Parts: sequence; C-alpha cells; structure tokens
Amino acid sequence: MSGISYSSYKPTTKVGKWMDERLPVGRMFHAQFVDFPTPRNLNYWWTFGGILSFCLMAQIVTGIVLAMHYQPSGEMAFDSVERIRRDVNFGWLIRNLHAVGASMFFIAAYVHIFRGLYYGSYKAPREILWIIGVIIFIVMMATAFMGYSLPWGQMSFWGVTVITNLFSSIDSIVPGLGTTVVEWLWGGYSVTGVTLNRFFSLHYLLPFVLAGLVVLHVWALHVVGQNSPMGLDVKTPSDGVPFTPYATSKDAVGMFAFLLFFCWFAFFLPDYLGHADNYVEANPLVTPPHIVPEWYFLPFYAILRAIPSKLGGVIAMFGAIAILVLVPWLDTSKVRSTKYRPLYRWFFWLFVFSCVALGWLGSKPAEAEYVFWARVFTFYYFAHFIVVMPLVGWFEKPLKVPGSITEAVLAKNKGAAAAAPAAKS
Amino acid sequence: MGPMQRSMKRSWLNGRVVAIAVAGAMAAVLPFSAANAAGDSAGHAIERQEWSFGGFTGQYDQAQLQRGFQVYQQVCTACHGLKRVRFRNLAEPGGPMFPEAAIKALAASWPYQISGELDDQGNPIDRLPGPADQMVGPYKNDVQARAAQGGALPPDLSLIVKARTIETHAPWYSHWFHMLVDIVTGYQEAGADYLYALLVGYHEPPAGVTVGDGMYYNTAFHGNQLAMPPPLIKDAPVEYQPEAGVKATLEQNARDVTAFLAWASDPTLDTRKRLGWQVMLYLLITTVLLYLVKRKIWSRIEH
Repeated sequence: MSGISYSSYKPTTKVGKWMDERLPVGRMFHAQFVDFPTPRNLNYWWTFGGILSFCLMAQIVTGIVLAMHYQPSGEMAFDSVERIRRDVNFGWLIRNLHAVGASMFFIAAYVHIFRGLYYGSYKAPREILWIIGVIIFIVMMATAFMGYSLPWGQMSFWGVTVITNLFSSIDSIVPGLGTTVVEWLWGGYSVTGVTLNRFFSLHYLLPFVLAGLVVLHVWALHVVGQNSPMGLDVKTPSDGVPFTPYATSKDAVGMFAFLLFFCWFAFFLPDYLGHADNYVEANPLVTPPHIVPEWYFLPFYAILRAIPSKLGGVIAMFGAIAILVLVPWLDTSKVRSTKYRPLYRWFFWLFVFSCVALGWLGSKPAEAEYVFWARVFTFYYFAHFIVVMPLVGWFEKPLKVPGSITEAVLAKNKGAAAAAPAAKS
Repeated sequence: MGPMQRSMKRSWLNGRVVAIAVAGAMAAVLPFSAANAAGDSAGHAIERQEWSFGGFTGQYDQAQLQRGFQVYQQVCTACHGLKRVRFRNLAEPGGPMFPEAAIKALAASWPYQISGELDDQGNPIDRLPGPADQMVGPYKNDVQARAAQGGALPPDLSLIVKARTIETHAPWYSHWFHMLVDIVTGYQEAGADYLYALLVGYHEPPAGVTVGDGMYYNTAFHGNQLAMPPPLIKDAPVEYQPEAGVKATLEQNARDVTAFLAWASDPTLDTRKRLGWQVMLYLLITTVLLYLVKRKIWSRIEH
C-alpha cells in the first residue's frame, strides 16, 4: 500500500503551479497528510503517534527557550535553573512544561510501544518501521538521561555517576577498556562540570537526530500503510478513509485530551514525577541515601540490579531494550492482532504486569525480597520474548480473522443494528 | 414497559447502588489508607497537614506568610540564609506582600552585609543590602559556617521545602491507589508536612536511646539525631502583633514559618494554579468541541 504515488493535489494559484513544477512540496504533503488512506476502524490508541510528534516539538521549543537562560557549568547550572524558576518571565512555566514534558513523552511512547505489541504492528512488512521506532526509543532515553543531569542537583549528579560508572564493567572483559570509556565520557577522572558541559551539548543535539529519525519512521509508515485493530492492512479503497479530515480530526481529539492530562501535571503537580533531592545542589562529597533514576528508567534499573554480576546486569539492562529489535522474528504467529489470539492475550497482559512490577521494584532499595521479585519479573521479561512469543505462535489456534477491514466494520455495525431494535422493544 | 426496559432500569439502579457502595467503601478506607500512606521515619509517622496552599486550588495565605516571615526573621536568620529570595520579592503579589517602604527599611536594617564587591579603589567591601539584594545569612561561606557551628552546616533555606519529602512505604497492592489519590487531589505538600513535623518533632529521647554530644532527638529526622537545637520554644514562642489575632504557640510558629518557607521555595505557586485552571478550562472546551467535530466528520461513514 503505497500512498506516495497518488495525489489529488491540484494547485489553483499561479504561484502554486509554478512551485509544483519545480519543488512539489505541497503535492508531497497533500499526498501524505490529506489523501493518505488510513484504516477506517482505527481506535484512539492510534492517536499516540501524533501525540508523540507533538511531544518532540514541544520539548524542542521549550528546550530552546530554556537554553537561552541556562548556564551549563558546574558552578552556575543549579543557580541558573533557579533564576529561570524565579526571575525569568514565565520561566517557571517553560521549565515545568519541559521537565513534565519529558515524562509525558515517555508515557506516550510506552502507550505507543504497547499498542504496537498488542496489535502486532511490528510484523511484516513493518519490521523496518518497528526497528526505527526502537532506535528512536533508545535515542530518547539517552536524551532524557542527559537532560536530567542539567539541573545539576544531587540526583542529577549521582544519577550520572552511577549510570556512567556502569561502563567500567567492560573492564571485566577487556581490562582497562571500561575505565578508559568512563573517563572519556566524564572528560576527566570523575563527574564534574566538564561532564555537564558535554551532556548539555549532546542534549541539544540529539532531539534533532530524533526529528530526523521520526521523518524516517513516518516515511516507513507511509510506504507500508497503517496497521489496524484487526491486524489487517488497507487493501481496497473502501477499507480506508482519507487521512484528512478523518485521522486529523481524531488525532486532534486525542491530542487535546492528552494535553489535559499533561497540563494537570505541569500546573498542579510539577514536582510529582521528579525527586526532592534534585532541589539540593550537586555535592560530590555527600551521597544521597537512595539514588533512583527517573520513573521511566525504573523497569530497566530493576533489571540491572536483579542480576548478581555487574557486567551481567549491564548486559541484561541493555539487552532488555535491544531484544525489541528481534520481536518481528521472535513472534511466529500468522495472526497480527492479539484480539484474535486467545492464548497470547494472557501472556501479553502478564508482560505488561511484569513491566509495571519491575518499575515499582526499581524504585525500592535493593533488599532481599525486592531483588527476589525483580529476578522473577526479569526472568519473565526475557522469557516473554525468547520463549512465549515463538512457542505460543506455533501452538495457539487463533480465532477467525475477518477477511477485510470493510467486512469487519460492516459486520460489527450490522450486529449492532440487529441488537438495537431488540433493546427498543 | 417491556421486560427489556425493566431490566435496563434495574441494571441502571444496580449501577447506582454499586457506585454508592464503592464510594462509601472508599470513604471508609480512605482515612486508613491515608494513615498508611503517611511516611515514617524510624517508626514515627509524619502526618499530612492542612495547608492553605495545598491541593490543586490552594493559595498562600498572605497573613500567614507575614507571620511566617516574622518567625524566620527572629529565629532562623541566626544561622540560615535565604539567598535565592531577594528583599523585593517580599513585596510581590503571591507572597507576604509587605509594603515597599517596609522592605526598604528591612533591607537597610538587615543584620548581615553583602560582601564580595569592590570599591572604586578595587578593595573588597561589605555593604548594607538594598531591596534588590539576596537575603543573605550570617556566614560568608560554608567553611565559615561549619567552623562556627561545630562542624554542622546550616543549609540555606530557599529551597528547603522543595528539597524535602516524605518517604512512603505503601505495600505493592495499595501503592497505585495512593498514587492515584495524590494525583487526583494534587498533593504536593510532602516537603511542608516534613518540615512542620521536624519543627515540632523535638522530644526527650525514649529510654535506652543515647543521643550524641551536641545532638538533639527528633522524631521526624532520619536517624532521629539532629545537630540543630530546637529552634522554637514551647514556653516562649515568637509573639505575633496583637492585630494579627493569632495565638502564638510553638505549633503556630512552626506552621507559619513552614508556609513562609514553602513560598520561598515556590514563589509562583499562586499564579501557577490560577493560570492552570484557565488552561484546563480552555483545553476542556476545545477537547469537547473537537470531539463534536470529529463525530460529525466520522458520521459520514460506517466505522
């Protein structure tokens, strides 16, 4: 399903025609965001792609404004953030939108990822689309991690110290290499303002890398077309509706509903998703009793601590993200949507539960009972991909999948129409 | 009335009964869960307080901020600075809003001087602060502070309320519920609750507990041993102006100074919440309108 070839675009003005013969940007956008056929049965979970694009743009805009007032040095960073909160006109608002925005970006990303997992959006021919998505997720995490270091509070400093130190575990494979990598990341022999400076530079760079990756992600999406809740592609014209006004109007509703949620936190709970310790200026001489990463890293942090060896923990933590790349091939089911997979459905929700449980455990101190459960859920996290996905795909008898999107929609509405008179009698 | 209608009516009724039952059960459970959710420090629960600035509608109480400043000025300034607050901030809306003239007089009579500037000859000087200056504390730097305080460092109080919190220890099965309640009610006052508990938390150590030299027993402090001597005194609280109409007690002093320091940590809270409601209203109306537009558009096709 390629939406690229067809366009109903007809330039009406002289300038429009002149431009269309030279650089048909209008034609391209018209083809991709007006004519592009989108499945007629998409639910609201499909609005999170648009929401994520908004999140990225909002972070870039608020981030650029913050960078005008922020000072990326060990001596000035913390003070400059306080100046932004107190003395810059609406600085408190921009700063809250950016800090809360990072969390909202991850909430939307996690919904988007689980949506893809539930409806089998990673399966052929969407493997590349999915893999670009995983790369976006990784770059997003790197960006967020470096962003959290910038206020240069206690949790910023110690979070950077703990996470960058993980690379020293490479020493147990190649002695000296890990230490070299860590010193290279730090720009010295410990975390200092030098580290902060390079993190700021990269934190400003990576969002634009993300924007480029998003273009590739949308491009790949528009080549293969959107998946749908039934796991069916748009095959005939009646399966789809034009992107505008149909998808655009629905995306707008989803986005504004999401903004309500976003602004609830930005205005009423701006610090709820952060740490009190980060309002204490970084101090290399005082270690906080309880170093915890931001909430969106907690499941991976729990996996890191669940493995008894340092190197093993690091490998498991990065492996937990990297394994997503293989999902298109690990899932052996012929059916895409979990809607039609009675057995896999249970495992899917068990996986969701494991991720949430790991998140909770990641926020707890590494004590015996918590570590035990972190190990249990880490085991299932990997087993879900390596064992459940291939085996259930082979053994499960899927339910009957409708022949096409049109058929499914008409059958559903016919069923509803047949039921309606009965209710009225 | 057909059987279907009757059963629908019954199910609607049942739905209402269930809703009332659930609400009743929640109301019954809530006080307990709040007690469970209240954090503890070495077994002493820190209770949540009522704050005028609490929740998603709360705003600072100007009279309380003024009383709180008085407590800060008479007690805390002996050791602690408030360097991120400038004297002029005390006159701004959303704060204690002292008159401009009073601020000028206050700055000019501040016991500590601004240092680090140079005179025309390039010699370092100390000078009296003006309204645009920071509310500095008694010590010029941390080394001086530690030397004067027997090794302990009295922290600057500008962010103390934001920098403290209550550790919650809800078990896994109810953790999400407490989270939900806090999010829905807009609970952001853990720092204030903690600070209040600390200020009123000085007690005689229980039998069998020995307190180190130069340390004081405090139920709210982590580890229960704190180098700060009790700042507020039960028998000699900071007296308020008679026209304030508030009885001076240790608890009242603690409550007021906590409110003042909460403002010092978050001076834009009033504006933030007021603007927040305007934004929410705008977003809510727009969302409803967009939903109606969407429904109209999608009514053209079966979906």
